[in-house]
Amino acid sequence: MEWVYSEEVKDHFINPRNVFIDEGAFDYDAKSVVGNIKCGDEMAFYIKVDKNKNTILDCRWKTYGCASAIASTSVLSEKVKGMTLDEAYDISPRDLAKDLGGLPEHKIHCSVLGDKALRAAIDNYYERNGMSGKIRKEKAKVICKCMNVTDQEIENAVTEGANTYLELQEHTKLGAVCGQCKEEAIKLLEKYRKEHF
Amino acid sequence: MSTRQVYMDNNATTPLHPEVKKAIIEGIDIFGNASSLHSFGRRARKHIEKARKTVTSFIGAEPDELIFVGSGSEANNTVLNIFACKCPVCNSKKARTKEIITSVVEHPCILRTSECLIGKGLSVLYVGVDQFGKIDMELIKEMITDKTGLVSIMMANNEIGTIMDIKKIANMAHARGALFHTDAAQAVGKIPVNVVGLDVDFLTLSAHKTYGPKGIGALYIKKGTPFCPMIYGGHQERGRRAGTENTLGIVGLGKAVEMLTKEMAEDTAKILDLKLKLKAGIEESVPDIYFNGHPDDCLPGTLNVSFIGAEGESILLHLDLAGIAVSTGSACASGSLDPSHVLLATGTSAEKAHGSIRFSLGRENTKEDVDYVLEKLPGIIAGIRSISTAYDGRKK
Repeated sequence: MEWVYSEEVKDHFINPRNVFIDEGAFDYDAKSVVGNIKCGDEMAFYIKVDKNKNTILDCRWKTYGCASAIASTSVLSEKVKGMTLDEAYDISPRDLAKDLGGLPEHKIHCSVLGDKALRAAIDNYYERNGMSGKIRKEKAKVICKCMNVTDQEIENAVTEGANTYLELQEHTKLGAVCGQCKEEAIKLLEKYRKEHF
Repeated sequence: MSTRQVYMDNNATTPLHPEVKKAIIEGIDIFGNASSLHSFGRRARKHIEKARKTVTSFIGAEPDELIFVGSGSEANNTVLNIFACKCPVCNSKKARTKEIITSVVEHPCILRTSECLIGKGLSVLYVGVDQFGKIDMELIKEMITDKTGLVSIMMANNEIGTIMDIKKIANMAHARGALFHTDAAQAVGKIPVNVVGLDVDFLTLSAHKTYGPKGIGALYIKKGTPFCPMIYGGHQERGRRAGTENTLGIVGLGKAVEMLTKEMAEDTAKILDLKLKLKAGIEESVPDIYFNGHPDDCLPGTLNVSFIGAEGESILLHLDLAGIAVSTGSACASGSLDPSHVLLATGTSAEKAHGSIRFSLGRENTKEDVDYVLEKLPGIIAGIRSISTAYDGRKK
């Protein structure tokens, strides 16, 4: 019987790599927590950085999340080792879905949390090491305050194929709590669609 | 994939009873149109009417008070739509059509249809439930007024198994001149159901929830109750549901109900016993859990548990890899962003709802099945919790 997701997802779901289990055993340079258990998932990411080369030496993560969140973060944790912080910052959920042999369209939004947590951890590294100027998040404007979704993330979602507000929500989880950002998000959606397509 | 298979998702659907399977196979050549007067048609008609008698006598109704439909969802849609009908030919004009009352924990086929009725200009009021999923009786009593046309409340909830006090609510509705419908898709076959004793005007039942085939359900309509068909075009079911009868489905439903009359009491006692074993076993072997639903007024086979710090889809998929089939109230398993509307309505936190698992046991489950689940479950939960941001091992 075929499993509900791909064999790659199954492999990473059953044997997630680089999980942060023992607090004492992993000496990290930066960390982040994103998401919200109320919304069904939360992700913590920890990175160890080569300070001369600005590359990621090692990483760990933890999540309250579904199989897609677990598998995509597990894949991400293998992929980022050795990458420069800039390279790691640019990984998109689509890249991870590809590495996993594809995810169903409605599960893409579950896979965004891992790379979001990674970016937040990188930002945390810059902050801790007096490189706040490199933080990309500051350049971005937070649109959805409940889920901490920025205009940059909305733009990413559009380039990844979000055409409607619903699809935008699926990609970013924006507007899923109080919904006050809907109007602004729709305006941005239309703006980026015009810019990119 | 595990070689051992344990099916504990009987509230989603059930396997065919072996006798039902036999009856369908034996009946496979009954192809005549039951409306035809010749021998082929009469043969089909005979089987259909036999099934109708079996089903109606099981629920305490008269044969002409029951129509066969395509599903429980169709039966529910049919009832609600009567109250939005403005057609000149049907007799639904006798039904008051201003206001409908239902509950927040109904099946989506009631909730979505009721939204549709709002679009058609009706007002729909939704009564809430308490922490156990029971209808707020004080509130519903206040809500039912002389304007109310229909009160529709499920007999038992599919997710948490809570059994509603249908008779009391039906009495309240009738006292104000409203009609009463109950969706008994989850109740029939699990608890005794008698339409006269309960004093209901409409009752929905479904074959595949009780070891019959898919694609067949039935609607009880009390004699003299205003009615309008949802599907027009033929005189089948006394003009109440057009379309050539699904003879094989009806034969299957009839046989399933016949088996219930013989086996239900014994089966449900066994199922309850197994569920209580499962419940006690989980309590003993897994820390930081909450049981959802009513502690006593609950369907015999339904057990809904929230595991703190473990997400439902992950639990479900790990159990599936071990060959165990259950369902979850987590948003991630549904494709929507929201967890179970039923659990949220009981005041359960979103976190607990995302971590909820429904075990629904059936007649084929054994003590070995329960033992196997109890052997696998604690390790699976511990494994998920070990990588969770939401579990520190001390939470309670």
